[in-house]
Amino acid sequence: MSLTEILPPLLPLLVGVPLLMGAIGAAVRKNKRIRHVISLGTLAGLLAFSILLVVVTHDGTVLAHQVGMWDYGISIPFVVDALSSLVLMIISILGIASVLFAMATHEARARFYHPFVLVLMAGVAGALMTGDIFNLFVFIEVMLLPSYGLLAMMGAKLGAHGARIYVSVNLLASTLLLIGIALVYATAGTVNLAELRGAAVEDPAVAVAGGVVLTAISIKAAVVPVHGWLTRTYPMTSPAVTTLFSGIHTKVAIYAIYRIYSLLFDGDEKFLWVALLVTSLTMLIGVLGAIGEKTTRSILVFHMISQIGYILIGVGLFTGLGLTAGIFYLLHHMIVKASLFLSTGAIEETYGTGEIDKLGGMLKREPLIAVTFMVAALSLAGLPPFSGFVAKFSIIQATLEQSHYWVAAVAVLVSVFTLLSMLKIWTGVFMGSAPKDLEERALAYQERMHGKRYLRVQAQAESPTLTIGPPTATMSAVLAGERAVKVPMKLIIPGMLLAAITLFFGLGAELLMTLSETAAENLLNPDGYVEAVSNA
Amino acid sequence: MSIAIAVGLLTAAAVYLFMQRGMVRIVLGFVLASHAANLMLFAAGNTAFRDVPYIGSGEVGEQADPLPQAFVLTAIVIAFSITMFMVTLAITTTRDDDTEDEEESPAKVLAPGST
Repeated sequence: MSLTEILPPLLPLLVGVPLLMGAIGAAVRKNKRIRHVISLGTLAGLLAFSILLVVVTHDGTVLAHQVGMWDYGISIPFVVDALSSLVLMIISILGIASVLFAMATHEARARFYHPFVLVLMAGVAGALMTGDIFNLFVFIEVMLLPSYGLLAMMGAKLGAHGARIYVSVNLLASTLLLIGIALVYATAGTVNLAELRGAAVEDPAVAVAGGVVLTAISIKAAVVPVHGWLTRTYPMTSPAVTTLFSGIHTKVAIYAIYRIYSLLFDGDEKFLWVALLVTSLTMLIGVLGAIGEKTTRSILVFHMISQIGYILIGVGLFTGLGLTAGIFYLLHHMIVKASLFLSTGAIEETYGTGEIDKLGGMLKREPLIAVTFMVAALSLAGLPPFSGFVAKFSIIQATLEQSHYWVAAVAVLVSVFTLLSMLKIWTGVFMGSAPKDLEERALAYQERMHGKRYLRVQAQAESPTLTIGPPTATMSAVLAGERAVKVPMKLIIPGMLLAAITLFFGLGAELLMTLSETAAENLLNPDGYVEAVSNA
Repeated sequence: MSIAIAVGLLTAAAVYLFMQRGMVRIVLGFVLASHAANLMLFAAGNTAFRDVPYIGSGEVGEQADPLPQAFVLTAIVIAFSITMFMVTLAITTTRDDDTEDEEESPAKVLAPGST
């Protein structure tokens, strides 16, 4: 038996195992080490399985399994092609990086942190694999519910607004998605994506229903007319959680837009101008908002919106090159954005603030973080040695190929603004000299967050001869010395790993480009998808 | 037609409540909105068939479509859990359920003091 026969019945494990492990993790009451091991082990397994899936689907093969072994059209199909396996692979990498970061900040010690992350991953795997829109809705909810928990758990000290806005907007979008699904079922008679292929081209009523579905998913992806919720909620939690969310929720929504437009609308060219208009506005308004912000994380969150615009150009063009570029951009962006959140998050967790005005001189103090940030920032702006260059270059090439000169112009202009606001973080946080009270405030923050034990450990590491007296004496002794606070290595490593990946994808772009091309072909011509689902 | 009217009324009431100030009113709006969505799912299964879709009870041609009923059943549970969470958010995090506080933007929360 070949791999293509063995793998499909195993696909439900991608959802089942994280759910089971999440439940076990929640049941382990005291031992946090066991929870760490369970969580990292499951995520590593997810990564290994998704790499195997990428290898199997790299030639355009589509794996499909009818859950419960019912006939085609009756049961929920789980389908994996090049696009879903690639996105799953990148999301597993991000999951590992953000969990490592959360372990370093001690957030992951909370009893439900790991179980929430694992259930979130189960929801992601389900949403990426499912071939049925109602089931997509269910898995999006499976993905959202633990994130409500994570957001509220880690954001409580920042006030209730973040969590309230996040839950409200997402529930509204989910309800709208549900209404769209009801309309699709009423007009087309099925919610199975393979059976729905091209239904929106044949019948305008289905096209309207599909429009409602896409609108609902666009709210979740935060494209411009409906982006305000994201910029007000993502900064309102801890850096580790923001990183996890940045690579997952909006990106799964983008994946769903690609998939649904490819199948339900069969790439219909009539509506593409709407997508191009929306994406151009998203690119522009997102980056303008970023320039106006004052803290590292809120700048990066506005950037995310701008980049979502870039990614959706792919679906707005719907040509081979356009889709390839969009998919490459999606994969590149997930890595880079997470790396940026982690490197600035490490500073925020150590120095207690992400405010540009209150930081400075980090290039000398934290050279490793500076290099990590620099690599990711240049990649985000699209400079040559990194993956961002390949992504932006191919996007612009694809728009020019279709003679959409104004979209190309916006894309180039926005890159300049992107570089500008990355330089704003660079000059504000890394260049110049540190403010006088930087150490003092950082120490006060550390004491508040981790108690006095942390300070003693730090003081001893800095000057082993230092006699440890009562905490206040320690503090003043440390303050008298040159350095009291330093970003620990374990906070730097996750961000560095991701920065290394963006360099790898930039130098070895051929590999990821070929994979994106296969994924794009599967979307451009979904025959293989429909055939695989109907024969499974 | 009666379902369409009911959905319309529920949606209008929901949108009105979303725009209100207190968190509890917003939650009530979401309760109404999910009612509207569930009614639409029922309508999608063609309400001309009124018989219970149990095997052995009634003619096949007269029985209601069971698929949308399963959809609704799932959606009710999901909406219920999120409603519970929202109600908890309304009472646990601040003094009251007012949604128009001072600290409304990340700029004010993450960078207090700067204007």
